[in-house]
Amino acid sequence: MSDAINVENLGKKYVISHQRAKGEGLRHVIEDAVRAPLRLARFRRRQTRKISEEFWALRGVSFSIEHGEAVGIVGRNGAGKSTLLKLLSRITEPTTGQIRYRGRVASLLEVGTGFHAELTGRENISLNAAILGMTRANVARKFDEIVAFSEVEKFLDTPVKRYSSGMYVRLAFGVAAHLEPDILLVDEVLAVGDAAFQQKCLGKMGSVVQEGRTVLFVSHNMAAISSLCTRALLFESGRLRSSGAPDSVIKEYLATGRDRARVAVSARTDRQGSGRIRFTNVLILNDCGETTETVRSGADISIAFEYSICGADRLDNAVVQIKFFGALGQPLFACLSRAARLESLTLVAGFRLVCNIPRLPLVPGAYTFTIWCTIGENLEDYVSEAGQLFVTDGDYFGTGKLPPNQVGDFLVAHSWTADP
Amino acid sequence: MHDLIIEAGRTERQYWRDLWRYRELFLFLAWRDLLVRYRQTVIGVAWSLLRPLLTMLILTMVFGKLGKMPSGGVPYALLVFCGILPWQFFASAIAESGNSLVTNSQLISKVYFPRLLIPAGSLVTALADFLISLGLLAVLMFWYRWIPPIQIVTLPLFVLLASAASFGAGAWIAALMVAYRDFRFIVPFVVQFGLYVSPVGFLSGVVPAEYRLFFSLNPIVGVIDGFRWCVLGGEHLIYWPGLIASVLVTASILVTGIRYFRRTERTFADII
Repeated sequence: MSDAINVENLGKKYVISHQRAKGEGLRHVIEDAVRAPLRLARFRRRQTRKISEEFWALRGVSFSIEHGEAVGIVGRNGAGKSTLLKLLSRITEPTTGQIRYRGRVASLLEVGTGFHAELTGRENISLNAAILGMTRANVARKFDEIVAFSEVEKFLDTPVKRYSSGMYVRLAFGVAAHLEPDILLVDEVLAVGDAAFQQKCLGKMGSVVQEGRTVLFVSHNMAAISSLCTRALLFESGRLRSSGAPDSVIKEYLATGRDRARVAVSARTDRQGSGRIRFTNVLILNDCGETTETVRSGADISIAFEYSICGADRLDNAVVQIKFFGALGQPLFACLSRAARLESLTLVAGFRLVCNIPRLPLVPGAYTFTIWCTIGENLEDYVSEAGQLFVTDGDYFGTGKLPPNQVGDFLVAHSWTADP
Repeated sequence: MHDLIIEAGRTERQYWRDLWRYRELFLFLAWRDLLVRYRQTVIGVAWSLLRPLLTMLILTMVFGKLGKMPSGGVPYALLVFCGILPWQFFASAIAESGNSLVTNSQLISKVYFPRLLIPAGSLVTALADFLISLGLLAVLMFWYRWIPPIQIVTLPLFVLLASAASFGAGAWIAALMVAYRDFRFIVPFVVQFGLYVSPVGFLSGVVPAEYRLFFSLNPIVGVIDGFRWCVLGGEHLIYWPGLIASVLVTASILVTGIRYFRRTERTFADII
């Protein structure tokens, strides 16, 4: 089979201008025009400043995808996944390189693009379908199917601004799911709606793949990628890092970043405390004892503290704490040795201290943690944001189903019984 | 099989073909703007009649009754209305197409289509309002028992001229607005100001002859004069050098507007 998508040396450069960040206003253009005669004198300085402001969101990316492949794209935030999708869907123009398609392309970067709050469900179906590139004849043919899929029959003639958010999302995905392009580009759209609806969406995606369409799928949902995709691409800092079977790529993705954490703590100079003890490293270990930065919800993890002691072999009465913060910097919980142990800690040179957290109750997201150690009343070492922890979807309840998304920060173990 | 090649710096080639390919989307965007325009208003589409009617009353009072401007032998209200129609079309077209990219920024950052369709869609809504108020003109002519001259058949040409001027200016403003939101404040001012430098409430004839050509550089002058010539005829002769100037200015606004829009279009998604 021939390639459905062929990407060669694709790159996208943004020029970030710090000075102009707040003032892309007309004033600056006029100001520049007035200053133009003076510019010659300052030419050299301007040049150097400009160069330092370039930023390649994506660089030198080449790959090809065959017809009928379902390819997952993984990578951390800022790795260039969204930029890639924007280039592929022609929203923005590449700085270098070329993209070649064979087949009709539809992109789904968001559900409900172009939905208008004042229009009714019926009107929005037509409009949204046209925006996504469906022809009028196709919409007419698919209309009933879309309505049935999204379960909004009763509210078809109500403006969507009166819809509940669930109804809105269902309708939006309903339209998108009935696009029939040869090549479909999808971005994280499954991260909306309740679990049942997510399951339905995943099912629909699965059937799109089964029909032999080519799908490119960006997601942080590793479970979805490993079950839907036939191949995965891993991006890191704007470059394609690896490509291969989904499971091996996911494994590689989850393992990346461990080096960064190792460098971080010992190199930190902005720490506080008298320094009789210094943390040299903080490692997150998964249930197999492997060092990682990325774990699944519900996994048993351990945090290992490596330290050096100054001028002694051992220190008694130590108290160590690790405190976790959410993506917005909000404190979530802390593990405090004094609270969790009956007797006080003794730190011995050459040993390491391990904190075990069974069944991690955090929802998917990025977290940071701060560590400190006191001996008696004395603060010995304090490293804020000593490291980061990435949590991905995991089977927290052991039911084979993913926990509900976007409801708070925590998962709580519980059970249900139906009593007579 | 649809083949598509996207290359750095060479997306140009597809553009005009894409405009045609996305013609249905254009209709949908125009249709959406029309549907939404008078949603949740009490008197709905009557607004498109009320606005020119009220403007006509005020301008007739000020220029006709108080200012005692010459009317060239026609009811002053009719004279004013022939100026208001194209002016209001132009004013609402540039205001709305100017804002259109920013109000549709969500669409621009999430899906591809030729962006020129957005200001074009806004032009259609303004045109629809214009056509409705054209009906009001017919009623007004009936009221004054006014029989239009034969040249009224050329009216569509002047509508075309007005559309070209509106689209050109709209494309300029829309593209500029993406980078410079200053235009959000400039446009209402221009519209307000324009009402007085265009012959809406008075005849172009009152402008001293030596300034007449300069006055006609305003593309709307040619359109309004043409309208009066079509509807009122008689003494309202066309000032040919002025009309030619208006047409040339319109053509250059249109060409440069589309060019500028095309040139900046590729960065819309990055800076909007």
